[in-house]
Amino acid sequence: MSRAGFIRLLVVAAAIFALEVACRAGVIDAITIIPPSAMAAGAWNLLVSGRYTQDILLTLGSVGLAVVLAIVGGFGLGYVLFRLPRLRRALDPLLASYYAVPTFVFYPLFIVLFGLNRLPLVAIGFVFAVIAMAINTLTGFERVPPVLRRTAKALRLSEPATLVGITMPACAPYLLTGAKLVIAYSFIGVIAGEFVLSGAGVGHQIAFAYNNFDNPNMYGLMLLLIGFVSALNMVLFAWERRFYRRRGLT
Amino acid sequence: MSLAAKDLHASMRGVTRVYPAVEDHPAVHALGPVDLDLRLGEFFSVVGPSGCGKSTLLDVLAGLAPASAGTVTFEGRSVTGQVPEGTGVVFQEDASFPWLTVWDNAAFALRRAAVSESVVRERVDHTLSFMGLADFSSAYPAQLSGGMRQRLCIARTLVTRPRLLLLDEPFGALDQQTRLLMGDELLRIWRQTGATIFLITHALDEAAMLSDRVGVMSARPGQLIEIVETCWPRDRDSTIVSRPEFGEVTGRLWARLRGESLKALELTGMHRGRVIAS
Amino acid sequence: MSVTLGKPARIRPRLPSSVGLDRLLLLLAVLLVWQALTWLAGPEVITSPVATVRKLASIMTASDFAGHAYETGRAFAAALIISLLGGLAAGLILGSRRLAGEVAEPLLVAFYSIPKVTLYPVILLLFGLGVSAKIAFGAIHGIIPVALFAMNAVRNIRSVHVRAARAMRLTPLQIATYVLVPAALPEIIAGFRIGFALTLLGTLIGEMFASQRGIGYMLVQAMETNDIGTIMALALLLGTIATAVSWALLRLDRSLNEQH
Repeated sequence: MSRAGFIRLLVVAAAIFALEVACRAGVIDAITIIPPSAMAAGAWNLLVSGRYTQDILLTLGSVGLAVVLAIVGGFGLGYVLFRLPRLRRALDPLLASYYAVPTFVFYPLFIVLFGLNRLPLVAIGFVFAVIAMAINTLTGFERVPPVLRRTAKALRLSEPATLVGITMPACAPYLLTGAKLVIAYSFIGVIAGEFVLSGAGVGHQIAFAYNNFDNPNMYGLMLLLIGFVSALNMVLFAWERRFYRRRGLT
Repeated sequence: MSLAAKDLHASMRGVTRVYPAVEDHPAVHALGPVDLDLRLGEFFSVVGPSGCGKSTLLDVLAGLAPASAGTVTFEGRSVTGQVPEGTGVVFQEDASFPWLTVWDNAAFALRRAAVSESVVRERVDHTLSFMGLADFSSAYPAQLSGGMRQRLCIARTLVTRPRLLLLDEPFGALDQQTRLLMGDELLRIWRQTGATIFLITHALDEAAMLSDRVGVMSARPGQLIEIVETCWPRDRDSTIVSRPEFGEVTGRLWARLRGESLKALELTGMHRGRVIAS
Repeated sequence: MSVTLGKPARIRPRLPSSVGLDRLLLLLAVLLVWQALTWLAGPEVITSPVATVRKLASIMTASDFAGHAYETGRAFAAALIISLLGGLAAGLILGSRRLAGEVAEPLLVAFYSIPKVTLYPVILLLFGLGVSAKIAFGAIHGIIPVALFAMNAVRNIRSVHVRAARAMRLTPLQIATYVLVPAALPEIIAGFRIGFALTLLGTLIGEMFASQRGIGYMLVQAMETNDIGTIMALALLLGTIATAVSWALLRLDRSLNEQH
């Protein structure tokens, strides 16, 4: 493990240890934060008891669907923007301000449109994530070095062959970054939606536990969620880094 | 100077290239008119000041860009907006595909041409050893130095056995010593493949050392104002820089080029509104 | 005086003056689509552009609006200061000290990607209900991207500039002021743009969960009573403000980039 990685591990371990001590010593009361060991115990218990399995599956299902839709839709949108630079220039300020509006306020709208099922949540996840994919797709297409296009011409490649054989592989790292963001944002969107107005799913259960002062379950669920998302992100991040490094990109 | 048809590999007659006006920029007359005859199997270089249209000349000759006026022929057929079979191009920037290994990079062009895999394998192996890259077959371009990556780009083109090889300042990004060695490489390739070579370079010594003939271009709009014959023997290498004739050739090129370079500088100077002192 | 020879740099194209017209056309197209959706789905589901603007006007002229706006505004301002300055400071330090940066970056990135919704209960428990919770929400949303961008900005400063500055015998403070900050500024501003949007989002979310006043509170009320008209009116307000600021920062970003 690198020196930085080792120090990082120490820092995180020290922080957890400090929190544990503070909680046990009563510096932080248990109504606010329970000790990390209790959080872990809570997480373990709820996994083992299977009490929230249904909710977990529901949430993962909604996130998964949102991810697929956002990747496909975002890629298409990014490609369109790449081919229509006028449209892209006109949209620029909007793209940046997109994340300022809490788009999940449109949740009631989606409920009316899609019904009282999981689709409104999927829609929120999608709406949150699709722009990130579009922006990264656009960047990927723009970063294809012009000399590769000229090479395609020099090799007399047809337009489809150029797209498949040269443009797409050249964009791949950026598309991977986009996909990584899509996964993160889909989780955020779906869980936020569940938190606010839903009868099921991990987000809802966290809110429910909070309202009932059920700290062990609440923190247990939070730990599980954070742990899962972090692990997923680390895997994707490592994969992405290897990808970039093999290409000599930074 | 007109040549017998059988000795003529490619030619340009009255070729000009004008970039049309775009939004707030006026039309740019980048090249021409240019008349040029390329002999079969010769090594022809073009030198000229910055911005004179050398790269445009290569693009038109290769079929990468259409001429605004005039005709381009290659092996008796006219070249119009499409790169003809038998022509290979090496660019100034690194065009290797970072997502493929060295071997797959070299095989890329030939694989597009519906050739059997065994032929591909044989030719790629042969060319990679020829270019000294055989030991790096499974490496990725990002792991190679700049000079080796350019060698890979040349290898990729050579695999298709081009009869006319066009190189646009291929060694521009390399240091002087590497350039001299790459020059030797290029001469070796030239002799062993028998191809006609058309090289664009800004380095006078490189042109003088490598070529049978060197064309000097004027400042924009670029026209060929002189063609210098070097009369070198075919089996030359970089050691000819020690010969007195080398100094003469280089001197002649610079004498012609100096005035044009100053003109080109003035053009860019006026364009950007900066003051240039000589 | 000598002049370097070389390929003349490509003239970076200025935005064609038709962009303003394009944006107007785009706005018109959006309004048309919006109106069409209203007709399709009915005004109870989506209020028309005109009705939305009218609703917004009535909301903004209502007596309590000023109070709500002020509430949101002051929380947002505080959160923004923390996000921008805190993030900038953190980013500058982490960018210039290599080991610290290497240690911290994956932690920051990991924190950035976890759904911060999951931390809301913790924030509420720590800060209670009220303005400090809101500020905390806003700050945790915005501070990370600002820090990451600033860190990258410092790392990307070309070492040759720093070497040249040292060769000119500038003091560290002079180097920071006259070389580091101007060189890193465009990317720092890019980080500010995102930080602005996210801090606003965070503050609003905070109000939705932790407050009885503010625009976020108005939003959550409207959501619970299914008052589409208010939701859309407020979304329009927020969207317009965010777009305006983003556009201003984009122009600043662009004019800085022309020097690079």
